[in-house]
Amino acid sequence: MEKLKKSKKSKFRTFKAFLISRFIFINGIISIVVLGLILAFLVYNSIKFFSSYPFFSFITGTRWSPTVNEKFGFVPLMVGSLEVAFGAIIIAVPFSVGVAIYIGELAPRPVREILKPIIEVLATLPSVVLGFIGLKTIVPFIKNFFNLSIGLTALSGSIILAFMSMPTIISISEDAINAVPNRLRNASLALGANKWETTYKIVVPTASSGILAAIMLGLGRIIGETMAVLMITGNSPRIVFSWLQPVRTITATIAAEMGETVQGGLHYSALFAIGLILFLVTFLINFTSDRFVNRIRNL
Amino acid sequence: MKNNIKIQTRNYGFYYGNTKVLADIDMDILKNSTTAIIGPSGCGKSTFIRTFNRMNDLIVNAKVAGEIKIDGIDIYKDNIDVVDLRKKVGMVFQRPNPFPKTIYENIVYGPRLHKRCTKQQLDNIVEVSLKKSALWDEVKNKLRGSAMELSGGQQQRLCIARVLAVDPEIILMDEPASSLDPISTQRIEDLIDELKENYTIIIVTHNMQQAARVSQKTAFLLTENIGEPAKLIEYDNTDKIFTNPSDKRTENYITGRFG
Ligand SMILES: Nc1ncnc2c1ncn2[C@@H]1O[C@H](COP(=O)(O)OP(=O)(O)OP(=O)(O)O)[C@@H](O)[C@H]1O
Ligand SMILES: [Mg+2]
Repeated sequence: MEKLKKSKKSKFRTFKAFLISRFIFINGIISIVVLGLILAFLVYNSIKFFSSYPFFSFITGTRWSPTVNEKFGFVPLMVGSLEVAFGAIIIAVPFSVGVAIYIGELAPRPVREILKPIIEVLATLPSVVLGFIGLKTIVPFIKNFFNLSIGLTALSGSIILAFMSMPTIISISEDAINAVPNRLRNASLALGANKWETTYKIVVPTASSGILAAIMLGLGRIIGETMAVLMITGNSPRIVFSWLQPVRTITATIAAEMGETVQGGLHYSALFAIGLILFLVTFLINFTSDRFVNRIRNL
Repeated sequence: MKNNIKIQTRNYGFYYGNTKVLADIDMDILKNSTTAIIGPSGCGKSTFIRTFNRMNDLIVNAKVAGEIKIDGIDIYKDNIDVVDLRKKVGMVFQRPNPFPKTIYENIVYGPRLHKRCTKQQLDNIVEVSLKKSALWDEVKNKLRGSAMELSGGQQQRLCIARVLAVDPEIILMDEPASSLDPISTQRIEDLIDELKENYTIIIVTHNMQQAARVSQKTAFLLTENIGEPAKLIEYDNTDKIFTNPSDKRTENYITGRFG
């Protein structure tokens, strides 16, 4: 009976486990509270904005000219953001998925071991640096190639954002491909499939939800990106349906104008309103991609 | 008698890098019968049967020595098409490994790789293969359901059906029932017994009773000294191996004295 009593050591261990679990719990709570506060702040300022500016004119307005005549039309910014993001995804996805398949399935071991860390490092390049590189390379290239008067276009933004999202998409897609169990590859090969058939009939479909998650996360990065697009898309808040003209994205608008507004003014709160929309969109994208990631984990 | 031989190995040996794991195996495997491969863990049973469909090709630095002939043709000759070989030599793995697709898709996967089939033909292949693997009655109403939702035993029979669908002549089975419950195991054994009428089956098993029940010939592999390659100690009719083995080491192994 005596033996069943808790020793000093085991009491200490219970206490330690208690402390650790508390610590983790408190951290979780803090991040949720901070997130809540950010959201509350955004919502508060947005409400302030919409109480003096009609929601309808905001959401359907085709002009964004806050300083000249206090017009806060959201459409040009949305079109700008969508144009740049859509272009970026179109460029990034085929390339990234191709590279991921190459690294994950086809590359010889040494090549894979070199490429993987390089790509992961690329994912951490600060966007100002990328923006600067884009300004010096892509912008003049676009200008000359299409014979434009100015190279600061939606297309330039798309290209630089595509570069920016590629490492994310590649490395997460590659993880998904790696997570496909070898026994499926063996089954396919043993039935007489070659390496390539096995890759596109078994490996890629099995990894597809992970690849989709990778694309969503890439999209999240694209939509949330600020500095690079601010530097190279030309910043013209007009509605244009051409990739070869300057545009202005939501993020670039906030970054460019926040410094010039009167704190608490209408313009100031308008920027929070578009910030709220951005927040909701990125939240939705990340939320969806998370569900896809979970699906591949359960394989 | 000679015509009855499906697979023939001569001076067969196998290397992983510089380590020789199997040596000097001469074996004639008979057509339309079941041959059991037994031996202690790590002696190279899996390695041995994986050479018959060249699954070992995937392992870097692995090397085969000697000769392996199927229907008199050396399968390690340069002009052998591995795809054709694997069509002829199917394999069932230790753990059931259905594709995360529908039951139907699992079975038509092989046939679709190898030839153009009409929907009619595919439907037919699915039905015939599932009937041969004794799974048809259980799944005929959910062919479009996911294969992952079947039980382990059903999954393994599906994997057998998937192999049968490409119409092989030889079926390799590496401990096909080791992850299954007794009833599922029983069904797999019954199935093997039926299949041997039309196929040449080679089965690796750790279960002595199973080897005795399903096979006509049994081969015993053993690594005698650590670091040396395993050898074929005895290869004979299953009845003889299990009642009156001619080698003392075989007797020790099957009576459970080591391994
Ligand atoms: N890919 C590999 N690379 C190097 N050595 C290997 C490889 N696969 C197996 N071996 C070695 O070859 C020997 C035979 O392995 P094998 O898997 O064929 O044995 P086995 O008889 O099937 O064993 P078990 O009954 O446990 O399945 C073992 O010593 C093993 O460590
Ligand atoms: Mg084995």
